[in-house]
Amino acid sequence: MAEGNLDAIARACRVQIIRMLTHAGSGHPGGSLSVIDILTSIVFGRLRHDPKRPDWADRDRIVLSKGHAVPALYTVMARAGYFPESQLITLRKLGSPLQGHPDRVALPGIEAATGSLGQGLSIALGMALGLKLAGSPARVYCILGDGEVQEGQVWEAAMAAPKLGQPDHPLDNLTVIVDYNKIQLDDFTAKILDLEPLVAKWQGFGWPVLEIDGHDLAQIAKALDAAEATRGTPTLIVAHTVKGKGVSFMENNPEWHGKSPKPEEAVTAIREILGVTEMAWPDYLKTDATTRAVVDELRALDKK
Amino acid sequence: MASKASRAAFGEALLELGARDPRIVTLDADLSKSTMTARFAKAYPQRGFNLGIAESNMIGVGAGLALTGKIPFVCSFACFVVGRFETIRISVAYTNANVKIVGTHSGIAIGEDGYSQMGLEDIACLRALPNVPIVQPADELETRQAVAYAVEHQGPLYLRLTRQNLEPVCPPDYRFQLGRWLTLRAGRDVTLVASGGTVFNALEAARRLEADGISAEVLNAASIKPLDEDALVRSATKTKHVVTVEDHSIHGGLGGAVAETLAEVLPTPVKRLGVVGFGESGDAKGLYAKHGLDPAGIATSVKKFLNR
Ligand SMILES: Cc1ncc(C[n+]2csc(CCOP(=O)(O)OP(=O)(O)O)c2C)c(N)n1
Ligand SMILES: [Mg+2]
Repeated sequence: MAEGNLDAIARACRVQIIRMLTHAGSGHPGGSLSVIDILTSIVFGRLRHDPKRPDWADRDRIVLSKGHAVPALYTVMARAGYFPESQLITLRKLGSPLQGHPDRVALPGIEAATGSLGQGLSIALGMALGLKLAGSPARVYCILGDGEVQEGQVWEAAMAAPKLGQPDHPLDNLTVIVDYNKIQLDDFTAKILDLEPLVAKWQGFGWPVLEIDGHDLAQIAKALDAAEATRGTPTLIVAHTVKGKGVSFMENNPEWHGKSPKPEEAVTAIREILGVTEMAWPDYLKTDATTRAVVDELRALDKK
Repeated sequence: MASKASRAAFGEALLELGARDPRIVTLDADLSKSTMTARFAKAYPQRGFNLGIAESNMIGVGAGLALTGKIPFVCSFACFVVGRFETIRISVAYTNANVKIVGTHSGIAIGEDGYSQMGLEDIACLRALPNVPIVQPADELETRQAVAYAVEHQGPLYLRLTRQNLEPVCPPDYRFQLGRWLTLRAGRDVTLVASGGTVFNALEAARRLEADGISAEVLNAASIKPLDEDALVRSATKTKHVVTVEDHSIHGGLGGAVAETLAEVLPTPVKRLGVVGFGESGDAKGLYAKHGLDPAGIATSVKKFLNR
């Protein structure tokens, strides 16, 4: 899909992320906004899947190891047709398949239960190996948080991956992406437990590593292409990102790791995501009925 | 006293105790804002350590610190810290290291985050270890005392805390003792054994049952291990019916402990109320109603149990 299109989709998904988190009254905007360009690029740029057949054996798989960013995944899944977009605002509500963290049993299309950080890469290794053993052409994409990379299990998997399945079934069907937004829950990653030198660490474990701007769609596409073309080994993409990307008051601010916006904050956030100035906003809303409806719906939450 | 989360009371108590006892140190795994140790770490920067999202390492470092004379509190959500069970098993329990394990955000009461963040099997896991007492305070007063006790206690200990606010239930002159339960309400027809966040709801249920002519005794089982066998047997002898109420899996928690004990010393019909199956996302109120842990749900279960 052309980059212009992907850009529009990512923007629409950002709006939906803000919308659903505001309805939920809790959740994780920062890490959802930092990863959405990557997710959009994978799902609408290359993923071989069929939302009508989520159990298709040869589908490509996404393991969102940083499971708290699942609102981002839900927005792309809804857009791809796994469930109606209207269901997004049931996020975190009792009885909804849109659980606060990914639930494989509750929602077809979710590949792994994550939310306890550090477990996804191992599952992705197993999937990649299983697909290889089955002779499947499918690929596995695994997305890690940078704070998450502090978990010991990540390094167990990192050490195993370049060797697992060799020589007949190397895991070159696996692409791993670190959403390197430099912030974890308590504070900046460099202050809590610095990952640096991150690239050299993975290289030392035997991985080819690509470093990109995780909000530049052309760079993302190029890196995903390169990973897919690589033979004999999985590839790591270190994507430099901005936590809270697209919303000025959320960007680079640890405060917005795990709290949802209030309705008025959400409206401001949506305006910024759409790139409209405060001055132009009232007129803009007259021309964009869809956004107008979302804004009205969010403002109504205040009155509840 | 006003209502307060036991994690908040824990953070405040530790801050105060830290001023008097330099042996106390805190260890966190990127959840210090949630476990409420952040203020301790700020007040005593040489004694508060955030080890990143790496719980096994945190527990192991805690064990090492304990073996050099410190009193480490290793803190995270209950599911994540007890999730590193095998590290606790060997590095803390078998080593008999003087480590205080603190699990916050216990139970379905955390609500919207859903199952992956809910500590629901932590008691079951740790109960199996021979030397780890399990303490779950029910309000601010009890939490403060339990924390002070944890500092004095020689050896490992598990403190199970809530994210949500807890209404006061203990009288002002209450003194926490390991292995001792407080009778919060006397009754004749049924014994309700509750712990932590469910104690207040059990008391509310007892009031409702009273209106229906059922006299319920309510015991606050802050000490889940060791449990208070004397208090349990005394009450069960009188009421002949025991209902356990906990925000934990019905398997292996308080209900399991009570049933095991009574089966051996005083066979008594027991009904276990708690979480059946996995937890899920939802508002805490709705989840408590769904799992029958709200006052109405507890009262209904008690009546059914008594055939009333
Ligand atoms: C094992 C485990 N420990 C702690 C947590 C609590 N937690 C949720 S998100 C988070 C920070 C994650 O930071 P990062 O991986 O950098 O994610 P992002 O910045 O993309 O949101 C923490 C500590 C968890 N979910 N799992
Ligand atoms: Mg991060």
